[in-house]
Amino acid sequence: MIGRLLPVVLFLGLGLLLAVGLKIADHKTEIPSPLIGKKMPEFTLPVLGQEELMVSSQDLVGTPFLLNVWASWCPTCRYEHPVITDLAKTGAIRVIGLNYRDEAPDAQRWLQRFGNPYEFSLADLSGRTGIDFGVYAAPESFLVDAEGTVIFKQIGAMTPEVIEQEILPRIRQ
Amino acid sequence: MNKFCKGLAAIFLALSAAAAHAQQEPLVFDTTEQEARFAQLTTELRCLVCQNQNLADSDAPLAHSLREEIYEMMMAGQDNEQIKTFLVDRYGDFVLYRPEVKGNTLLLWLFPGILLGLGAIALFFTVRSRNRKLAAQRQEG
Repeated sequence: MIGRLLPVVLFLGLGLLLAVGLKIADHKTEIPSPLIGKKMPEFTLPVLGQEELMVSSQDLVGTPFLLNVWASWCPTCRYEHPVITDLAKTGAIRVIGLNYRDEAPDAQRWLQRFGNPYEFSLADLSGRTGIDFGVYAAPESFLVDAEGTVIFKQIGAMTPEVIEQEILPRIRQ
Repeated sequence: MNKFCKGLAAIFLALSAAAAHAQQEPLVFDTTEQEARFAQLTTELRCLVCQNQNLADSDAPLAHSLREEIYEMMMAGQDNEQIKTFLVDRYGDFVLYRPEVKGNTLLLWLFPGILLGLGAIALFFTVRSRNRKLAAQRQEG
């Protein structure tokens, strides 16, 4: 009896395994951030285009903001750019850029060409602040609350759905 | 012709020098033990960009930065645990090719053993039923 049922059980088990695999395949390369629920890492970075102006993580505490990691060499950043622009236009939240591993002239040309939705962009030329944030692939976006705690991270392109379902409900609280 | 060859050789030399320079950041170690420790550590850590490569093999810009970071931490006298903690705090357990045994990795570590155990049980029952069948046949015959 068990011998006869075994192939069926094996088949169903394998089917289940493959179904789960298909379901998570789209998100398989996304690594959950250990930063969620913790204070944002400390940094002091120059502002892109006004290099004499330094902004520290401490300066940003007080109002919630979205830190959008972008670079001129990043094609997906261009793809998500209209979504970030629309979000910034609504004024629902401060949108700050983290210009990641980019050369300032390239970055500024990119902003001139596609528009600058950011209140300002921090210039992380070496990528050292990126490492502290656990950035491994631009674009990434970090939602930071008024206390300076990271409450959500989006890996890959920002979408209107993510803004509607993940970002806005978290800042309305 | 000779001039052309010389020119070509010069170009090749320049290119190979540039390639050699691009491949590895110049990391200088005080002792061979340190060098071996660095090599061992970077093979056990995952590159986050090309996720099936380790940090030692990857040529992604982030891997270069992380190797430099690990090198500097080593030179500052930090031990392997501190370096791993630094990376896990930022990138999570995923960065470790050999994750620690703890609550959420227990299944990962125990699963091969469980599978082996199930196989042994299946084998035991198969062999026993076959033996009985053979014994029964012998009695009949």
